[in-house]
Amino acid sequence: MTLLSVEGLGIAFGGIKAVHDVSFRVEPGEIVSVIGPNGAGKTTLFNMISGVYRPGAGRVLLEGEDVTGMAPFRLAQRGMSRTFQNLQIFQNMTVLENAIAGFHLQERGTVLADLFNLPSSRRRARQAEAGARELLARVGLERAADREAASLSYGSLKRLEIARALAMRPRVLLLDEPAAGCNAVETEEIDHLIAEVAASGVAILLVEHDMKMVMRISNHIVVLDHGEKIAEGAPAEVSRNPAVIAAYLGTEEAADADG
Amino acid sequence: MSEFLQFLFSGLTVGAVYALVALGFTIIYNASDVVNFAQGEFVMLGGMITWFSHAAGLPLPLAALVAIIATAALGVAINKLAIGPARGAPVVSLIIITIGASVFLQGAAQLVFDKQIHSFPAFSGDTPLRFGGATIQPQSLWVIGGALVVFVGLWLFFTRTLLGRAVLATSNNRLAAQLVGINTNFVMTLSFALSAGIGALAGVLATPITLTAYNVGIGFALKGFAGAMLGGMGNPKGALAGGFLIGLIEALTAGYLSSTYKEAAAFVVILLVLFFMPQGLFGRRSTERV
Repeated sequence: MTLLSVEGLGIAFGGIKAVHDVSFRVEPGEIVSVIGPNGAGKTTLFNMISGVYRPGAGRVLLEGEDVTGMAPFRLAQRGMSRTFQNLQIFQNMTVLENAIAGFHLQERGTVLADLFNLPSSRRRARQAEAGARELLARVGLERAADREAASLSYGSLKRLEIARALAMRPRVLLLDEPAAGCNAVETEEIDHLIAEVAASGVAILLVEHDMKMVMRISNHIVVLDHGEKIAEGAPAEVSRNPAVIAAYLGTEEAADADG
Repeated sequence: MSEFLQFLFSGLTVGAVYALVALGFTIIYNASDVVNFAQGEFVMLGGMITWFSHAAGLPLPLAALVAIIATAALGVAINKLAIGPARGAPVVSLIIITIGASVFLQGAAQLVFDKQIHSFPAFSGDTPLRFGGATIQPQSLWVIGGALVVFVGLWLFFTRTLLGRAVLATSNNRLAAQLVGINTNFVMTLSFALSAGIGALAGVLATPITLTAYNVGIGFALKGFAGAMLGGMGNPKGALAGGFLIGLIEALTAGYLSSTYKEAAAFVVILLVLFFMPQGLFGRRSTERV
């Protein structure tokens, strides 16, 4: 069964169609990228899929179950996790605490066990911490564990957000510009990380401006322009598609290129 | 010396009530950045509902329990009916809504109950205890003890329990909290219930000493707010210390200067804090990166 399926999704803000009738599917282990010029509606699409906005039309199915417009915390419980273009980090916590927060759902115990600091509660806390340290090592932040999150560089915060999302052992991971603000080395690290996560069977939906990265790691690309899907397919097909070239370069140039 | 001790006792007693109110402010502020000015009305409701139920024939402990539960339910209702629909509005608007809720609760209490001043018997009698030439009412010990127990309970809740830390996470970044699977609406409901319940408890404990009436809430709200600001808004330790300090400052002002200036003491403190150390005694300078 398809893991994530988006069917005819659309939303309008004050009469302007920000996203209109977009459909695609993501299978387990697959990396699907959504690309398009600035303002094409990529982040809006993400916000609808992840429950931040309620779609005006269409459906989002997670393993066949209709999860359209479901609150982000419920989606998290069902295995959908995401990162944000403009970072959503607990700024007043340490790096480690941020990663531990990702284990929130797995740490479930009773309030009383916690209050009396019972062995079960301590064990859960230890497991969460060990898991968090492991994930920080995976994204290369193990040495920053005790630093205040607010003191990290933008690129490091991006990786911290990915670590926190992975802590939830998601089945679907939405990454909104994970490489933005990262240097070439960091981009490559994130590149490897994403490929590795996908290889473990997680479905990844990616918005990214770094075209080299997108072409390199995507299995499938969905192209948006003015809120509508204008093309989709394998990286090689999409990069040759005249409609895509037109959207990125403008029609006249595209016509010139054709001629 | 005995005079000073006497002022100290009375300062600690009212200070304990202010500390409870300040703790109530802290909880809601932590969960939502909102300063809930209806906090004082919860104290009033705690006293009034207890008096009313007791007068209607319920034994005092049961009447107190009814008051605390009913007030907590009202707190949840305020969140759902007044604050919830305005979610996403600027914090200032939400604060103004709580002032509206405060006025509403005061008016409703006047209609449902009456305009008289009420009290009910102290829990452990009225025989004053003697300490070093000064006296203290047994009820004062109830109030002070109540504030300390609530503080320790809250401290354990916020530092030890997953639910408590979920509240802190929500206050830090609501969206991020949702992303890791925290039901932030439930966190808000819980915060209002907790905060209103604690306010009501303060009213139950204090009424035998301070008496209650439909309009006592605003005074408690302002003093409690002063305490919370002095300690550093959002910090439970600060709320406790700030509340007690305001009580002491008030009692010492009344004792050594004049009881006419007593009421002004808290407001002078608010002004001084806002001018010279807006982050309070225990508060952290807030920083936000974009």
